[in-house]
Amino acid sequence: MSILSVRNLRKIYGNTVAVDGVSFSVGRSEIVGLLGPNGAGKTTTIDMILGVLEPNAGNITIDGIDIFSHRSKAIGRTNFSAVYTPLPGNLTVYQNLRIFGRLYNVTNLSGRIEELIKSFDLEKFRNKKCGILSSGEQTRVSLAKSMVNNPHLLLLDEPTASLDPATAREVRIKIREFIECGEGGVLWTSHNMYEVEEICDRVFFLSHGKILLEGNPKTLPAEHNKKTLEELFIAVAREPLTLEVG
Amino acid sequence: MSFYRISTIVLRQLYLIRGSFSRVFPLFAWIGVDMVLWGFLTKYLNTVASAGFNFIPALLGAVLLWDFFGRIMQGVTIAFFEDVWSRNFLNIFATPLLISEYVSGLVLTSILTSLAGLFVMLIIATFFFNLSFLAYGFMIIPFLLVLFLFGISLGIFGSALVLRLGPASEWFIWPIPAFISPFVGVLYPISTLPAWMQIVSKVLPPTYVFEGLRAIIKGEPVSGMLLILAAALSFVYIFLAYRIFVRIYRSALRSGLIARYSAESVS
Repeated sequence: MSILSVRNLRKIYGNTVAVDGVSFSVGRSEIVGLLGPNGAGKTTTIDMILGVLEPNAGNITIDGIDIFSHRSKAIGRTNFSAVYTPLPGNLTVYQNLRIFGRLYNVTNLSGRIEELIKSFDLEKFRNKKCGILSSGEQTRVSLAKSMVNNPHLLLLDEPTASLDPATAREVRIKIREFIECGEGGVLWTSHNMYEVEEICDRVFFLSHGKILLEGNPKTLPAEHNKKTLEELFIAVAREPLTLEVG
Repeated sequence: MSFYRISTIVLRQLYLIRGSFSRVFPLFAWIGVDMVLWGFLTKYLNTVASAGFNFIPALLGAVLLWDFFGRIMQGVTIAFFEDVWSRNFLNIFATPLLISEYVSGLVLTSILTSLAGLFVMLIIATFFFNLSFLAYGFMIIPFLLVLFLFGISLGIFGSALVLRLGPASEWFIWPIPAFISPFVGVLYPISTLPAWMQIVSKVLPPTYVFEGLRAIIKGEPVSGMLLILAAALSFVYIFLAYRIFVRIYRSALRSGLIARYSAESVS
């Protein structure tokens, strides 16, 4: 059974169709990339999976639990980190991890926080307010928070967008470890195609709210006569009709 | 509902208050200023007015109760504003937290912060201006209860308004107690008001508290039925305010406002 199952998801804002009948799934120990140009509908899709945006149609299940009829139970199995949603800057690293750990009802929370502080090399920032940390340090805290409940489904919206290449690489290693150590699945959005090729097992290309392409990021470019994933991305962004499947 | 998650909302506020002088100071500062100002005014009035009438329980007591009401309301709204100011909606509403738990957490926070304020008010009023709450007898309990319940309802309503209208609309919320005070007769009997204002007064629960307070000072009986009516009205307002909050929250989920709150609107 998939960890995440999205079926015929649709979201309309006024006259604009932001997400148009999207269906996909994320399996256990799988990292799935949700790719597409700005405004393609990636964040809208993630917001609906997080339960902070109500779709006009479609359904979403996490571990087989419908997020609309059993929201609290389903959302308790997820967590997320997004570059545009920093943790409250007026709380310390430790306080933020404690608050969110409690909201996710984490057992043995103190032990879990210590593990995360060690794992994400946050010891020297433990009692520092998140607002004074650098963007890279804040991203590490946000990732630590996203793993506080050992989520079955981890949603990462451009998690490495503000990081230098070395830190971004460390983050990718952490995500890989998360996948290898458990049965969790990851839905990842990124505009860095080299990163996507390195880390994702499968990708979906989204354009104008629809999934245009799906496949292995290592073989997908060649299947569409492109040399690299970045070239394919640009083609999707500029000429989506030439790539539309079906 | 999970009390653990409710207490987490309170814990977050305690973390913020604990480390911040600018959050601790307002808990006591304005009510302290009010107590001192009205304390001296009532002392002065006692010296110039006809003998036999004591302004301290009538005016200072009323101001103290009104400040308590204001603190209750602000206790809810400020706890909510902390999430507005730190742009925390997406983080917090993407957790298993239920909206009922969130609102309960705001209310519980308000109870704790306003009790701290009440304690300071009582100290100043009792030790510096000889205000004795024994003068009100056991009626002080229903008085505080009615004001507490109505303060909670306005706090939830104010938070709902800001959730709907965006961060800048917090300035609509601060003057609400000042806007209501002329109608509820904090400092004068309702009979002083014109007829249309008296009609409005009758649907505002604090009216019955301040009328009751003056009745006690004049040695007249307080209608228990009217206080029960006031408490019942307050419960109705809490229910309505909560329904409005939930309705606005659900509307924000549909419109996408929760995820893009800093934009203030999605149009």
